[in-house]
Amino acid sequence: MSARSPAAAQAYDYAEFMARAYAIELEATERYAQFAEQMEAHNNPEVAALFRKLSGFEALHAKRILGEMGWVDMPALPPPLAWEGGGEGPETAPFEALHYLMQPYHALELALRCELQALEYFEGIAKRDVPAQVKAAALDMAAEERLHAALIRDWMQRVPPPAEGWDEDPDPPRMNE
Amino acid sequence: MNAPLTAAALAAKDFKSDYKPVWCPGCGDYSVLSAITKALATLGLRPENVAVISGIGCSSRIPAYTTCYGFHGVHGRALPAATGLKAARPDLTVLVASGDGDGYSIGGNHFLHACRRNVDLTYIVMDNHVYGMTKGQPSPTTEPDWSSKLAPGGTGLREFHPLVIALASGANYIARGFSGDPNGCAALIAEAVRHPGFSFVEILSPCVTFRPEQREWKQAVRPSPVAPTDDPARAARRLMTDDGFNLGVLYKGSRPPFAGAPAAPTHAVQDLEKGFEL
Repeated sequence: MSARSPAAAQAYDYAEFMARAYAIELEATERYAQFAEQMEAHNNPEVAALFRKLSGFEALHAKRILGEMGWVDMPALPPPLAWEGGGEGPETAPFEALHYLMQPYHALELALRCELQALEYFEGIAKRDVPAQVKAAALDMAAEERLHAALIRDWMQRVPPPAEGWDEDPDPPRMNE
Repeated sequence: MNAPLTAAALAAKDFKSDYKPVWCPGCGDYSVLSAITKALATLGLRPENVAVISGIGCSSRIPAYTTCYGFHGVHGRALPAATGLKAARPDLTVLVASGDGDGYSIGGNHFLHACRRNVDLTYIVMDNHVYGMTKGQPSPTTEPDWSSKLAPGGTGLREFHPLVIALASGANYIARGFSGDPNGCAALIAEAVRHPGFSFVEILSPCVTFRPEQREWKQAVRPSPVAPTDDPARAARRLMTDDGFNLGVLYKGSRPPFAGAPAAPTHAVQDLEKGFEL
Protein backbone atom coordinates (compact mmCIF):
# COMPACT_ATOMS: atom_id res chain seq x y z
CA MET A 1 0.00 0.00 0.00
CA SER A 2 1.20 3.47 -0.77
CA ALA A 3 2.39 5.66 2.06
CA ARG A 4 1.22 9.18 2.78
CA SER A 5 4.71 10.60 2.64
CA PRO A 6 4.93 14.23 3.63
CA ALA A 7 6.62 15.65 0.60
CA ALA A 8 6.51 14.97 -3.08
CA ALA A 9 9.62 13.92 -4.91
CA GLN A 10 9.21 16.41 -7.73
CA ALA A 11 10.00 20.11 -7.62
CA TYR A 12 7.20 22.67 -7.66
CA ASP A 13 6.88 26.15 -8.98
CA TYR A 14 4.62 28.48 -7.02
CA ALA A 15 1.52 28.03 -9.17
CA GLU A 16 1.82 24.25 -9.06
CA PHE A 17 2.30 24.34 -5.33
CA MET A 18 -0.85 26.40 -4.92
CA ALA A 19 -2.74 24.13 -7.32
CA ARG A 20 -1.74 21.17 -5.15
CA ALA A 21 -2.77 23.04 -2.01
CA TYR A 22 -6.10 23.72 -3.67
CA ALA A 23 -6.45 20.06 -4.66
CA ILE A 24 -5.79 19.05 -1.05
CA GLU A 25 -8.58 21.28 0.23
CA LEU A 26 -10.96 20.27 -2.55
CA GLU A 27 -10.42 16.56 -1.98
CA ALA A 28 -10.99 17.02 1.76
CA THR A 29 -14.15 19.05 1.05
CA GLU A 30 -15.55 16.30 -1.15
CA ARG A 31 -14.60 13.49 1.21
CA TYR A 32 -16.23 15.12 4.26
CA ALA A 33 -19.35 15.76 2.17
CA GLN A 34 -19.40 12.07 1.21
CA PHE A 35 -19.04 11.14 4.87
CA ALA A 36 -21.96 13.42 5.76
CA GLU A 37 -24.07 11.64 3.15
CA GLN A 38 -23.10 8.25 4.57
CA MET A 39 -24.05 9.32 8.07
CA GLU A 40 -27.35 10.76 6.83
CA ALA A 41 -28.10 7.46 5.07
CA HIS A 42 -27.45 5.61 8.32
CA ASN A 43 -29.48 7.94 10.54
CA ASN A 44 -26.58 9.47 12.41
CA PRO A 45 -27.59 13.14 11.99
CA GLU A 46 -25.28 14.56 14.65
CA VAL A 47 -22.12 13.23 13.01
CA ALA A 48 -23.53 14.02 9.57
CA ALA A 49 -23.93 17.67 10.59
CA LEU A 50 -20.37 17.72 11.91
CA PHE A 51 -18.97 16.32 8.67
CA ARG A 52 -20.98 18.92 6.73
CA LYS A 53 -19.41 21.62 8.87
CA LEU A 54 -15.91 20.23 8.28
CA SER A 55 -16.63 20.05 4.55
CA GLY A 56 -17.72 23.69 4.63
CA PHE A 57 -14.51 24.74 6.38
CA GLU A 58 -12.37 22.96 3.81
CA ALA A 59 -14.39 24.56 1.00
CA LEU A 60 -13.68 27.99 2.47
CA HIS A 61 -9.96 27.23 2.51
CA ALA A 62 -10.13 26.11 -1.11
CA LYS A 63 -12.00 29.25 -2.07
CA ARG A 64 -9.43 31.39 -0.34
CA ILE A 65 -6.66 29.83 -2.40
CA LEU A 66 -8.58 30.63 -5.57
CA GLY A 67 -8.92 34.24 -4.36
CA GLU A 68 -5.27 34.55 -3.43
CA MET A 69 -4.19 33.28 -6.81
CA GLY A 70 -6.74 35.33 -8.74
CA TRP A 71 -8.07 32.15 -10.29
CA VAL A 72 -11.69 32.55 -11.25
CA ASP A 73 -12.14 28.86 -11.69
CA MET A 74 -10.45 25.63 -10.84
CA PRO A 75 -6.81 25.65 -11.96
CA ALA A 76 -5.29 22.83 -13.94
CA LEU A 77 -4.91 20.38 -11.12
CA PRO A 78 -2.11 17.91 -10.81
CA PRO A 79 -3.21 14.52 -12.11
CA PRO A 80 -5.41 12.83 -9.53
CA LEU A 81 -3.16 9.80 -9.44
CA ALA A 82 0.00 11.80 -8.83
CA TRP A 83 -0.02 12.04 -5.05
CA GLU A 84 3.00 10.49 -3.49
CA GLY A 85 3.10 6.77 -4.10
CA GLY A 86 -0.45 6.87 -5.47
CA GLY A 87 -2.00 7.68 -2.09
CA GLU A 88 -4.62 10.32 -1.54
CA GLY A 89 -4.06 13.94 -0.55
CA PRO A 90 -2.65 14.45 2.95
CA GLU A 91 -5.84 16.05 4.30
CA THR A 92 -8.19 13.40 2.91
CA ALA A 93 -9.76 11.13 5.50
CA PRO A 94 -9.79 7.46 4.51
CA PHE A 95 -13.11 5.79 3.69
CA GLU A 96 -12.44 2.96 6.10
CA ALA A 97 -12.33 5.29 9.11
CA LEU A 98 -16.10 5.40 9.43
CA HIS A 99 -18.50 3.43 11.60
CA TYR A 100 -22.26 3.89 11.45
CA LEU A 101 -22.44 4.38 15.23
CA MET A 102 -19.49 6.76 15.43
CA GLN A 103 -19.85 9.84 17.59
CA PRO A 104 -18.80 13.48 17.10
CA TYR A 105 -15.63 12.82 19.10
CA HIS A 106 -14.57 10.17 16.56
CA ALA A 107 -15.20 12.55 13.67
CA LEU A 108 -13.08 15.21 15.35
CA GLU A 109 -10.31 12.69 16.04
CA LEU A 110 -10.34 11.88 12.34
CA ALA A 111 -10.29 15.56 11.36
CA LEU A 112 -7.38 16.17 13.73
CA ARG A 113 -5.42 13.34 12.16
CA CYS A 114 -6.00 14.85 8.71
CA GLU A 115 -4.93 18.34 9.80
CA LEU A 116 -1.74 16.92 11.29
CA GLN A 117 -1.00 15.00 8.09
CA ALA A 118 -1.46 18.22 6.10
CA LEU A 119 0.79 20.06 8.55
CA GLU A 120 3.48 17.42 8.08
CA TYR A 121 3.09 17.65 4.30
CA PHE A 122 3.54 21.42 4.15
CA GLU A 123 6.39 21.40 6.67
CA GLY A 124 8.06 18.75 4.54
CA ILE A 125 7.89 20.96 1.47
CA ALA A 126 9.17 24.00 3.36
CA LYS A 127 12.22 22.02 4.46
CA ARG A 128 13.14 21.14 0.89
CA ASP A 129 15.19 23.05 -1.61
CA VAL A 130 12.28 24.90 -3.21
CA PRO A 131 11.89 28.46 -4.51
CA ALA A 132 11.58 31.08 -1.76
CA GLN A 133 8.00 31.88 -2.72
CA VAL A 134 7.02 28.21 -2.41
CA LYS A 135 8.84 27.90 0.91
CA ALA A 136 7.02 30.96 2.30
CA ALA A 137 3.66 29.70 1.08
CA ALA A 138 4.32 26.23 2.50
CA LEU A 139 5.18 27.76 5.88
CA ASP A 140 1.96 29.81 5.76
CA MET A 141 -0.06 26.71 4.97
CA ALA A 142 1.68 24.79 7.74
CA ALA A 143 0.87 27.57 10.21
CA GLU A 144 -2.73 27.48 9.11
CA GLU A 145 -2.94 23.71 9.56
CA ARG A 146 -1.37 24.05 13.01
CA LEU A 147 -4.06 26.54 13.91
CA HIS A 148 -6.78 24.22 12.60
CA ALA A 149 -5.36 21.37 14.65
CA ALA A 150 -5.44 23.56 17.76
CA LEU A 151 -9.05 24.56 17.07
CA ILE A 152 -10.07 20.93 16.67
CA ARG A 153 -8.32 20.01 19.91
CA ASP A 154 -10.32 22.77 21.64
CA TRP A 155 -13.48 21.49 20.04
CA MET A 156 -12.73 17.99 21.30
CA GLN A 157 -12.61 19.35 24.85
CA ARG A 158 -16.24 20.37 24.49
CA VAL A 159 -17.43 17.02 23.13
CA PRO A 160 -17.86 14.02 25.41
CA PRO A 161 -15.47 11.20 24.61
CA PRO A 162 -17.26 8.00 23.65
CA ALA A 163 -18.21 5.66 26.45
CA GLU A 164 -17.03 2.06 26.42
CA GLY A 165 -19.22 -0.04 24.17
CA TRP A 166 -20.19 2.89 21.94
CA ASP A 167 -20.25 0.54 18.96
CA GLU A 168 -22.62 -1.97 20.53
CA ASP A 169 -25.88 -2.09 18.64
CA PRO A 170 -28.89 -3.72 20.36
CA ASP A 171 -30.27 -4.47 16.91
CA PRO A 172 -27.14 -5.23 14.91
CA PRO A 173 -27.09 -5.84 11.20
CA ARG A 174 -24.97 -8.94 11.65
CA MET A 175 -26.32 -12.32 12.66
CA ASN A 176 -23.25 -14.50 12.35
CA GLU A 177 -21.51 -14.16 15.70
CA MET B 1 -16.18 32.41 -36.92
CA ASN B 2 -17.47 29.96 -34.38
CA ALA B 3 -15.05 28.47 -31.93
CA PRO B 4 -14.46 24.76 -32.46
CA LEU B 5 -16.71 22.61 -30.35
CA THR B 6 -14.44 20.80 -27.95
CA ALA B 7 -15.59 18.97 -24.87
CA ALA B 8 -14.04 20.08 -21.60
CA ALA B 9 -12.10 17.46 -19.69
CA LEU B 10 -14.22 15.91 -16.99
CA ALA B 11 -13.36 15.46 -13.34
CA ALA B 12 -14.03 12.36 -11.26
CA LYS B 13 -17.12 13.98 -9.72
CA ASP B 14 -18.66 14.25 -13.20
CA PHE B 15 -18.86 10.45 -13.24
CA LYS B 16 -20.76 10.31 -9.93
CA SER B 17 -24.54 10.31 -10.09
CA ASP B 18 -26.92 12.02 -7.69
CA TYR B 19 -27.83 8.69 -6.10
CA LYS B 20 -26.14 8.38 -2.74
CA PRO B 21 -24.54 5.04 -1.93
CA VAL B 22 -26.13 3.05 0.88
CA TRP B 23 -23.17 0.81 1.68
CA CYS B 24 -22.19 0.53 5.34
CA PRO B 25 -19.90 3.37 6.45
CA GLY B 26 -16.32 2.09 6.28
CA CYS B 27 -17.09 -0.29 3.38
CA GLY B 28 -14.32 -0.63 0.82
CA ASP B 29 -16.77 -0.26 -2.04
CA TYR B 30 -16.92 3.53 -1.52
CA SER B 31 -13.27 3.61 -2.34
CA VAL B 32 -13.72 1.43 -5.43
CA LEU B 33 -16.43 3.77 -6.70
CA SER B 34 -14.03 6.67 -6.18
CA ALA B 35 -11.29 4.74 -8.00
CA ILE B 36 -13.53 3.99 -10.98
CA THR B 37 -14.57 7.63 -11.37
CA LYS B 38 -10.98 8.82 -11.05
CA ALA B 39 -9.83 6.28 -13.62
CA LEU B 40 -12.51 7.34 -16.11
CA ALA B 41 -11.57 11.00 -15.65
CA THR B 42 -7.89 10.20 -16.07
CA LEU B 43 -8.61 8.30 -19.28
CA GLY B 44 -10.42 11.35 -20.65
CA LEU B 45 -13.58 9.37 -21.27
CA ARG B 46 -17.11 10.70 -21.20
CA PRO B 47 -20.01 9.05 -19.36
CA GLU B 48 -22.02 8.57 -22.54
CA ASN B 49 -19.22 6.43 -23.97
CA VAL B 50 -18.93 4.13 -20.97
CA ALA B 51 -21.21 1.36 -19.71
CA VAL B 52 -20.97 -0.21 -16.26
CA ILE B 53 -22.57 -3.63 -16.03
CA SER B 54 -23.15 -5.53 -12.80
CA GLY B 55 -24.85 -8.53 -11.28
CA ILE B 56 -26.21 -8.70 -7.73
CA GLY B 57 -24.66 -7.87 -4.40
CA CYS B 58 -23.33 -4.85 -2.54
CA SER B 59 -20.65 -4.24 -5.16
CA SER B 60 -23.16 -4.52 -7.98
CA ARG B 61 -24.90 -1.33 -6.91
CA ILE B 62 -22.10 0.65 -8.56
CA PRO B 63 -23.72 1.35 -11.96
CA ALA B 64 -26.44 3.47 -10.32
CA TYR B 65 -23.84 5.57 -8.58
CA THR B 66 -22.17 6.59 -11.83
CA THR B 67 -23.37 8.86 -14.62
CA CYS B 68 -22.35 6.26 -17.21
CA TYR B 69 -24.80 3.96 -18.90
CA GLY B 70 -25.48 1.06 -16.60
CA PHE B 71 -27.15 -2.30 -16.33
CA HIS B 72 -27.85 -3.87 -12.94
CA GLY B 73 -28.38 -7.39 -14.17
CA VAL B 74 -29.10 -10.87 -12.96
CA HIS B 75 -27.09 -12.56 -10.20
CA GLY B 76 -23.81 -13.88 -11.64
CA ARG B 77 -24.70 -12.84 -15.17
CA ALA B 78 -22.94 -9.50 -15.48
CA LEU B 79 -20.24 -10.91 -17.78
CA PRO B 80 -22.58 -12.39 -20.42
CA ALA B 81 -24.51 -9.12 -20.56
CA ALA B 82 -21.29 -7.13 -20.83
CA THR B 83 -19.89 -9.48 -23.48
CA GLY B 84 -23.04 -9.05 -25.56
CA LEU B 85 -22.89 -5.30 -25.20
CA LYS B 86 -19.23 -5.05 -26.16
CA ALA B 87 -19.72 -7.36 -29.15
CA ALA B 88 -22.62 -5.25 -30.37
CA ARG B 89 -21.10 -1.86 -29.46
CA PRO B 90 -17.31 -2.19 -29.64
CA ASP B 91 -17.06 1.61 -29.52
CA LEU B 92 -18.13 1.66 -25.87
CA THR B 93 -15.78 1.24 -22.93
CA VAL B 94 -17.39 -1.52 -20.89
CA LEU B 95 -16.64 -2.03 -17.20
CA VAL B 96 -18.07 -4.93 -15.26
CA ALA B 97 -18.53 -4.73 -11.47
CA SER B 98 -18.98 -7.77 -9.30
CA GLY B 99 -18.23 -9.33 -5.93
CA ASP B 100 -16.73 -12.62 -4.87
CA GLY B 101 -20.12 -14.31 -4.49
CA ASP B 102 -21.65 -12.95 -7.65
CA GLY B 103 -18.50 -13.35 -9.72
CA TYR B 104 -16.91 -16.57 -8.51
CA SER B 105 -19.82 -18.68 -7.32
CA ILE B 106 -23.08 -17.92 -9.07
CA GLY B 107 -21.19 -16.41 -12.01
CA GLY B 108 -18.14 -18.67 -11.79
CA ASN B 109 -18.70 -20.42 -15.08
CA HIS B 110 -19.15 -17.12 -16.92
CA PHE B 111 -15.88 -15.93 -15.40
CA LEU B 112 -13.97 -18.81 -17.02
CA HIS B 113 -15.48 -18.24 -20.43
CA ALA B 114 -15.14 -14.47 -20.34
CA CYS B 115 -11.40 -14.97 -19.71
CA ARG B 116 -11.28 -17.50 -22.55
CA ARG B 117 -13.14 -15.29 -25.02
CA ASN B 118 -10.88 -12.33 -24.25
CA VAL B 119 -13.45 -9.71 -25.18
CA ASP B 120 -12.16 -6.20 -24.45
CA LEU B 121 -13.79 -5.74 -21.04
CA THR B 122 -12.52 -4.57 -17.66
CA TYR B 123 -13.80 -6.82 -14.90
CA ILE B 124 -13.56 -5.33 -11.40
CA VAL B 125 -14.31 -7.74 -8.59
CA MET B 126 -14.66 -6.36 -5.08
CA ASP B 127 -13.56 -9.29 -2.95
CA ASN B 128 -14.48 -9.29 0.75
CA HIS B 129 -14.57 -13.06 1.26
CA VAL B 130 -18.22 -13.03 2.31
CA TYR B 131 -21.78 -12.58 1.04
CA GLY B 132 -22.41 -9.24 2.71
CA MET B 133 -25.76 -8.28 1.24
CA THR B 134 -27.41 -11.49 2.40
CA LYS B 135 -26.02 -11.31 5.95
CA GLY B 136 -22.67 -13.02 5.97
CA GLN B 137 -22.67 -16.45 4.36
CA PRO B 138 -19.26 -17.83 3.33
CA SER B 139 -18.36 -17.14 -0.29
CA PRO B 140 -15.93 -18.99 -2.58
CA THR B 141 -13.00 -16.93 -1.29
CA THR B 142 -13.84 -17.32 2.42
CA GLU B 143 -11.08 -18.94 4.44
CA PRO B 144 -11.90 -22.58 5.31
CA ASP B 145 -11.65 -21.97 9.05
CA TRP B 146 -13.72 -18.76 9.24
CA SER B 147 -16.32 -19.71 11.80
CA SER B 148 -19.69 -18.00 11.99
CA LYS B 149 -23.19 -18.79 13.12
CA LEU B 150 -24.01 -19.65 9.54
CA ALA B 151 -20.98 -21.92 9.12
CA PRO B 152 -19.93 -23.11 12.59
CA GLY B 153 -16.31 -24.19 12.60
CA GLY B 154 -15.88 -22.89 9.07
CA THR B 155 -16.67 -24.54 5.77
CA GLY B 156 -13.47 -26.58 5.73
CA LEU B 157 -13.35 -25.92 2.01
CA ARG B 158 -10.30 -24.66 0.18
CA GLU B 159 -10.68 -21.10 -1.12
CA PHE B 160 -11.14 -20.29 -4.77
CA HIS B 161 -8.04 -18.61 -6.25
CA PRO B 162 -9.47 -16.17 -8.77
CA LEU B 163 -6.21 -14.83 -10.17
CA VAL B 164 -4.87 -18.31 -10.89
CA ILE B 165 -8.16 -19.29 -12.53
CA ALA B 166 -8.15 -16.09 -14.60
CA LEU B 167 -4.63 -16.80 -15.85
CA ALA B 168 -5.38 -20.42 -16.68
CA SER B 169 -8.55 -19.39 -18.49
CA GLY B 170 -6.89 -16.77 -20.69
CA ALA B 171 -7.39 -13.34 -19.10
CA ASN B 172 -5.08 -10.83 -20.75
CA TYR B 173 -4.41 -8.53 -17.78
CA ILE B 174 -4.48 -9.52 -14.13
CA ALA B 175 -4.06 -7.13 -11.23
CA ARG B 176 -4.89 -6.83 -7.56
CA GLY B 177 -5.67 -3.64 -5.68
CA PHE B 178 -6.72 -2.70 -2.17
CA SER B 179 -9.60 -0.36 -1.42
CA GLY B 180 -7.51 1.40 1.25
CA ASP B 181 -5.56 2.91 -1.64
CA PRO B 182 -8.19 4.39 -3.98
CA ASN B 183 -5.67 6.16 -6.20
CA GLY B 184 -3.65 2.97 -6.54
CA CYS B 185 -6.85 1.17 -7.58
CA ALA B 186 -7.66 3.98 -10.03
CA ALA B 187 -4.26 3.54 -11.67
CA LEU B 188 -4.81 -0.23 -12.00
CA ILE B 189 -8.28 0.28 -13.47
CA ALA B 190 -7.07 2.91 -15.94
CA GLU B 191 -4.31 0.58 -17.09
CA ALA B 192 -6.78 -2.30 -17.33
CA VAL B 193 -9.06 -0.25 -19.58
CA ARG B 194 -6.14 0.69 -21.80
CA HIS B 195 -4.92 -2.91 -22.08
CA PRO B 196 -6.68 -4.75 -24.90
CA GLY B 197 -8.68 -7.88 -24.19
CA PHE B 198 -10.19 -9.17 -20.98
CA SER B 199 -8.70 -7.33 -18.01
CA PHE B 200 -9.34 -8.63 -14.53
CA VAL B 201 -8.82 -6.39 -11.50
CA GLU B 202 -9.45 -7.97 -8.13
CA ILE B 203 -9.84 -5.38 -5.39
CA LEU B 204 -9.63 -6.43 -1.77
CA SER B 205 -12.54 -4.49 -0.32
CA PRO B 206 -13.21 -5.11 3.37
CA CYS B 207 -16.71 -5.84 4.61
CA VAL B 208 -16.60 -3.95 7.89
CA THR B 209 -19.97 -5.30 9.02
CA PHE B 210 -19.61 -9.06 8.60
CA ARG B 211 -15.81 -9.29 8.49
CA PRO B 212 -14.66 -6.41 10.74
CA GLU B 213 -11.29 -8.13 11.15
CA GLN B 214 -10.62 -7.21 7.50
CA ARG B 215 -9.85 -3.67 8.66
CA GLU B 216 -6.44 -5.21 9.39
CA TRP B 217 -5.87 -5.92 5.70
CA LYS B 218 -4.16 -2.56 5.41
CA GLN B 219 -1.32 -4.01 7.47
CA ALA B 220 -1.17 -7.16 5.34
CA VAL B 221 -1.13 -5.72 1.83
CA ARG B 222 2.13 -4.84 0.10
CA PRO B 223 3.25 -3.87 -3.40
CA SER B 224 4.14 -6.94 -5.44
CA PRO B 225 7.91 -7.41 -5.15
CA VAL B 226 8.26 -8.30 -8.83
CA ALA B 227 7.49 -6.45 -12.05
CA PRO B 228 4.54 -7.54 -14.20
CA THR B 229 5.31 -10.37 -16.57
CA ASP B 230 3.92 -11.30 -19.97
CA ASP B 231 5.04 -14.90 -19.53
CA PRO B 232 2.06 -17.03 -18.42
CA ALA B 233 4.32 -19.76 -16.99
CA ARG B 234 6.18 -17.28 -14.80
CA ALA B 235 2.91 -15.61 -13.79
CA ALA B 236 1.48 -19.02 -12.87
CA ARG B 237 4.39 -19.76 -10.57
CA ARG B 238 3.97 -16.38 -8.90
CA LEU B 239 0.24 -16.64 -8.50
CA MET B 240 0.33 -20.21 -7.20
CA THR B 241 2.57 -19.10 -4.35
CA ASP B 242 0.81 -15.79 -3.79
CA ASP B 243 -0.74 -15.21 -0.34
CA GLY B 244 -3.45 -12.95 -1.69
CA PHE B 245 -1.96 -9.68 -0.47
CA ASN B 246 0.50 -8.75 -3.23
CA LEU B 247 -0.77 -5.65 -5.00
CA GLY B 248 -0.17 -4.37 -8.50
CA VAL B 249 -0.21 -5.67 -12.03
CA LEU B 250 0.67 -9.34 -11.88
CA TYR B 251 0.28 -10.35 -15.52
CA LYS B 252 0.02 -8.50 -18.82
CA GLY B 253 -0.54 -10.77 -21.79
CA SER B 254 -0.45 -10.06 -25.49
CA ARG B 255 -3.23 -12.32 -26.73
CA PRO B 256 -5.27 -10.46 -29.35
CA PRO B 257 -8.75 -9.59 -28.09
CA PHE B 258 -11.91 -11.02 -29.56
CA ALA B 259 -12.61 -9.02 -32.69
CA GLY B 260 -15.81 -10.53 -33.98
CA ALA B 261 -18.05 -7.97 -35.59
CA PRO B 262 -21.78 -8.29 -35.10
CA ALA B 263 -23.19 -10.48 -37.87
CA ALA B 264 -25.47 -8.90 -40.43
CA PRO B 265 -29.12 -9.51 -39.50
CA THR B 266 -30.66 -12.46 -41.31
CA HIS B 267 -34.24 -11.69 -40.28
CA ALA B 268 -36.22 -8.52 -39.91
CA VAL B 269 -37.39 -7.80 -36.37
CA GLN B 270 -40.98 -7.77 -37.62
CA ASP B 271 -40.56 -11.31 -38.98
CA LEU B 272 -39.20 -12.50 -35.64
CA GLU B 273 -42.09 -10.86 -33.82
CA LYS B 274 -44.53 -12.70 -36.06
CA GLY B 275 -43.10 -15.96 -34.78
CA PHE B 276 -44.23 -15.06 -31.28
CA GLU B 277 -47.75 -14.07 -32.20
CA LEU B 278 -50.46 -16.01 -30.40
